[in-house]
Amino acid sequence: MDFEDSPEEHAFRRRLRAWLVDHNPHVTYGSNEYWEAMPQWHQSLHEAGFFGIGWPTEYGGVDLPPVYNVIVDEELADAEAPARPSLGFKVVGIMHHGSQDIQQKILPGMISGADRWCQGFSEPDSGSDLASLRTRAVRDGDEYVISGHKIWTSYSDLADWCFLLARTDPGVPKHKGISAFAVPMNDPGVKQIPLKMINGNVRDFGEVMFDNVRVPATNMIGAPGDGWALAMTMVAHEREPHEIGFAARFAKTANQLTAIVSDDPGRFASEQLRDLAWAIIEADMLQRHVSRRLSERLDGISHGAEGSIDKLLMIWTEQTVGHAALAIGRAPHDGRNPAMFNTYLYSRSASVMGGTEQIQRNLVASRVLGLPN
Amino acid sequence: MDVRLSPEQVALRDSAAQVVDRLGPKAVGQLADTTRRDRLEAAVLESGWRELRSTDEDGAPWASAVEVALVAEQLARGCADVPFLGPTLALELRRLAGAPPSSRPETIALTSDLSSLASTTRDRAVAVDAGLAEQAIVIELGPTGYVLAEVPVAGVDAGVDAGIDLTRPTIPVALSSAVELIRQGHPITGDDITGWTALGLSTATADLVGAMQGALDLTVEYASQRQQFGRPIGSFQAVQHLMADMVSYLEGTRSTALHAAWAVDALEPDDALGYAAAAAAYAARSARIVCETAIQVHAGIGNTWECMAHVFLRRSQLASDFLGGVGTNLARVLEHVGIGGL
Repeated sequence: MDFEDSPEEHAFRRRLRAWLVDHNPHVTYGSNEYWEAMPQWHQSLHEAGFFGIGWPTEYGGVDLPPVYNVIVDEELADAEAPARPSLGFKVVGIMHHGSQDIQQKILPGMISGADRWCQGFSEPDSGSDLASLRTRAVRDGDEYVISGHKIWTSYSDLADWCFLLARTDPGVPKHKGISAFAVPMNDPGVKQIPLKMINGNVRDFGEVMFDNVRVPATNMIGAPGDGWALAMTMVAHEREPHEIGFAARFAKTANQLTAIVSDDPGRFASEQLRDLAWAIIEADMLQRHVSRRLSERLDGISHGAEGSIDKLLMIWTEQTVGHAALAIGRAPHDGRNPAMFNTYLYSRSASVMGGTEQIQRNLVASRVLGLPN
Repeated sequence: MDVRLSPEQVALRDSAAQVVDRLGPKAVGQLADTTRRDRLEAAVLESGWRELRSTDEDGAPWASAVEVALVAEQLARGCADVPFLGPTLALELRRLAGAPPSSRPETIALTSDLSSLASTTRDRAVAVDAGLAEQAIVIELGPTGYVLAEVPVAGVDAGVDAGIDLTRPTIPVALSSAVELIRQGHPITGDDITGWTALGLSTATADLVGAMQGALDLTVEYASQRQQFGRPIGSFQAVQHLMADMVSYLEGTRSTALHAAWAVDALEPDDALGYAAAAAAYAARSARIVCETAIQVHAGIGNTWECMAHVFLRRSQLASDFLGGVGTNLARVLEHVGIGGL
């Protein structure tokens, strides 16, 4: 039982820290420049051997236990570098459900960052009720013809490929008629429209229209009708601690707020200081929680529904840190330094992205606590 | 980093779980069953769990704070109504002072708000977790550091107000007379007291984890059985969401509690105290939410004396105030990052 680095982990940490001195792109988290820098950042992290931990080496992964991701996350946050690209759930989805051919075709480029991927799941009328999605893929000879409207697509403006869910069989119950496809974003039938979010950012999310886009039938990921199972593997994994690369980032924001207070403690009332203390406490809790969950993985324990507990803890932590950012950073009524206010605004999306807080509670109640339906 | 429990730690946890599952009170009425409690006391006494912090040949504790936490958690989960927290922390003071163990059952005496170890300069103190204690340890600041003293504790008599926790009585003690210095090998330093406080907070935090688990288990069982509108109440989304929060707060606390317990023996005292305070504050807030929700889901029954839910709430309120409540711990967390004034 040890929260500290082993000698090997310590050596890895030092190597990463040294590498970051020269390779940190220094962009503000969540800004437009941040999203702009991500493709290059992904590739350089991977080239240096710091991205792809725990994934098969034949696809460009790094053969180290998942706990090394904690070190990566801590060091990236500490250096105020961008976080790890968040695509583990796509990789896991393809490894679980994709054929050998699809794995070989997609995974190396996805992991190295040579191919940039976005995800086309949600639709304007299919949010929490994802299985009601209406994007259609109709078989025509050796091809499928895809038409529909996707939304909340992160990275849609930069992506080369879309990991898309579409209805291939409207004649069966809604969960059974969905299939997954790799769709090229450079097709003339694909149109991308950025969404402006409440923090003013236009690079986080887009809407994507697909108008009679033809893809080879071999671009299907998994078998026809497997789309729902694939999507559930992916969203469950998206909630797992493996993907909670932000745990260390919340601690970093709490540290920045601490520094603001330390500069001039007299400016702050006890109510604001209490908000800061809770931010420190919850950010710390989340880091310990990730350490615990990743350690449990050394035994091969897989967290299905427990991932929703982790997700709830992450939501609450991000929003507690957001409230501290609001209390300490203060609203920029004079127009100066809106960064902390934007951190607060961005934290509101934490309880929506990747499945709402309410959906997570449903999952915890039925699948962790076993409460009756 | 590998924070999995060792096989020995798992075995210790499981044996504590077995004892409390067999002999702990399952219903409020069983709290008065002295035969049961005597059997539980005999099992705990024989287990040696209260001696986990006794001194080895080098003066180090025989077991780490993680082992202490594992036992504390299980005892709290089963609402064990025999001492553990108090005797463990009393023995830790003796270890730090190089003093021999007491031949009589003992605990510690705290200030009346339970926020710190009582000093002999005060008139009154409160012996905590004093169910079987014949004496309690207090401190006195001497010329070269802190020295330990012991003060007699009266037994729990019928009619005496023994505090809020039905499983662990708190008993007022008068310090003006009958305080006797304990023969010790060396004085206790301020750092020793800091580290000792970290052990106390981390053990109380583990106690809160156990109380939350007990309250949650009780509530899951009830919500699955209790029918209204022709359905189990646990099938209603409004109830399910309350209970999803319960288990999430519990698991978050479990993680931070584990780190706090590890930190007691692995880090410098100031850092250990900072992390223990963070864990204790998170645990106290979580435990209040969890135990209050247990009462709410049990509804009218939850507000009656016979429902176990308030036994967990009461126990958790003692643990939450132990060596400083939420306010004190928030201030400690800020001090740890260099900010005073809260």
